Amino acid sequence: MSHSTVPRSETEATKPAGKPAASPDTAGPPDDAPQRAGRGTLSLRLRYRRDRVLLLMTLPAVALVLVFNYLPILGNVVAFQDYDPYISDNGVVSMLNSPMVGLENFRRIVEDSAFWNALKNTLVLFFLQLVLFFPIPILLALLINSVVRPRVRAVAQAVLYLPHFFSWVLVVAVFQQMFGGAGIFSQLLRENGHDGLGVMTNPDTFMFLLTAQSVWKDAGWGIIVFLAALASVSPDLYEAAAMDGAGRWRRMWHVTLPALRPVIALLLVLRVGDALTVGFEQILLQRDAVGPGASEVLDTFVWWNGVRNQDFGYAAAAGLIKGVVSLGLVLAANKVAHLMGEQGVYKK
Amino acid sequence: MTTVTDGPATRRARGWAAPPRPVWEEAPTRAGLAGKGVVLALACLAVVLPLWIVIVTSLSTRKAIDEAGGLVMVPGDLTLIAYQELLSGGQVTRAALVSIGVTLAGTLFSMTVSVFCAYGLSRTDSLGHRWILMTLLATMFFSAGLIPTYLLVQTLGLTDSYLALILPSAISVFNILVLRGFFMNISQELVDSARIDGAGEFRILWQIVMPLSRAVIAVITLFYAVGYWSAWFNASLYLNDQDMLPLQNVMIQLVQKQEAPVGLGQAIKTGELSGLAVQMAVMVMALLPVAVLSPFVQKHFKKGMLTGAVKG
Repeated sequence: MSHSTVPRSETEATKPAGKPAASPDTAGPPDDAPQRAGRGTLSLRLRYRRDRVLLLMTLPAVALVLVFNYLPILGNVVAFQDYDPYISDNGVVSMLNSPMVGLENFRRIVEDSAFWNALKNTLVLFFLQLVLFFPIPILLALLINSVVRPRVRAVAQAVLYLPHFFSWVLVVAVFQQMFGGAGIFSQLLRENGHDGLGVMTNPDTFMFLLTAQSVWKDAGWGIIVFLAALASVSPDLYEAAAMDGAGRWRRMWHVTLPALRPVIALLLVLRVGDALTVGFEQILLQRDAVGPGASEVLDTFVWWNGVRNQDFGYAAAAGLIKGVVSLGLVLAANKVAHLMGEQGVYKK
Repeated sequence: MTTVTDGPATRRARGWAAPPRPVWEEAPTRAGLAGKGVVLALACLAVVLPLWIVIVTSLSTRKAIDEAGGLVMVPGDLTLIAYQELLSGGQVTRAALVSIGVTLAGTLFSMTVSVFCAYGLSRTDSLGHRWILMTLLATMFFSAGLIPTYLLVQTLGLTDSYLALILPSAISVFNILVLRGFFMNISQELVDSARIDGAGEFRILWQIVMPLSRAVIAVITLFYAVGYWSAWFNASLYLNDQDMLPLQNVMIQLVQKQEAPVGLGQAIKTGELSGLAVQMAVMVMALLPVAVLSPFVQKHFKKGMLTGAVKG
């Protein structure tokens, strides 16, 4: 194997955490990967010969990301156009032949009450999920963690994780069968002479319904991270606390919760970074049942105006606003995570 | 990057019995135990009961369903007629086959690309490592938007092709990072000795790294497979041909919109076949694969979690 004849240094197995020292004789690209012995002595050509197979291996993934994540960014030009999808089947040809209209689409958005309604619904749903959803996995994790019988624990986990793997179509269908007008609860109510339930079609409570569906689907899954954090607490801490006279609840307050705090903080921060992306599939599936006034969020607003109404320029403009604000939120959230001493998604 | 590892093994015990209690711990109170038991049982019931009702109803005869006034909670007369009708060719059979095909092909493709990429990035000193990693990581911070992506898929000519269900969502950077984290933790001495013995990168990946990462590979495979199996939105965007739709989209039509399955309308109106049982059977078909497979990988789930930052 000729390409693997360049020797790797012995120190690469250890992963130095410190900042790299400046190396004036670096021939490679200006990356500041951790410094190791011998790196500066390898020429770019030798490093290429040594690593070309690794580069080749990353190629398919990089190509996919470039085509499907980066390339479409250019398509946001449509947001500044009166895009006409009927010019050609080819999106690029249509784009090149559609007139530029400057900020016209954005002006329309600002004046569109439907957009502001979608923004309001997005924020309402975000806060509802934060208040009603977020604490549940923590409580469930504390509960599961206190179960000492291994088999009981494994079975409970298996059951609670399960809905996470269901599609939104299935989750909505299950809710329909339980709480819908012909669902099991309506059925039981009617048998006893009451009216059936209307929660699946009630616009006033729709946001609570969405939150309940999210809880059913993902609250169980959410406990995994907390359980992992709990498992990493040294039992000695509990023993020491008990020796000092701390009871059950004091131990939870002074040992367990501090162990969870970093995880809670991190998840909270990341959640805020994702604030504008809530409930898309879930709402699309139920939009017709309650109407856009009660259900439209920013993502479905974009879908409705673009895919359904073929008003691509307008929809792209709304999507661009959402994308830019979201980017700002994510970066700010990671900044906050770093400031709090947490690691965030990525740390330099 | 740090990945979740097991904490110190405190109470190793198997089976239903409780392990011995440490001497410093108070004896559990009866009320406390009962309270915990009730809450846990209710939480589990909230998951299991709806699924039970769906499954039982799908297996019930028309008579049993009519007697129950709809959904059946207590199994009475059981029959497989709904499944027989749905799986004897026709709309649902085709949709199920489409879903299986897309899931198998997509998962194989996603895993191949992801494992290669994760291994290619598993050495922090390799050429271009940092740039490639940044290129991938950045995608976790932004999204190009629905409309530009839609126009791109259209421009690439993927409309009305199953590739539109696979390519745009083929890789998850998150999954790649999880795999990479595990690959990086594999003993470098082992890899180096294989290299000295003349093994190339492909061989090292296949014969050393992958066998040592079976658990995390199983978890990520499950994640990808569930993603493909559950997806419906891209199909609704890019497939115009009704005959090409996967199971989830057919489930929207049959269960949510209460349409009769193509060709079975007459049988439902007059025959033994209950429309409700048919709907429930479609739901069972959608939930069965994930419900059967996921518990096998359960104990490794936390390996599929990324906690903490990515080591550059």
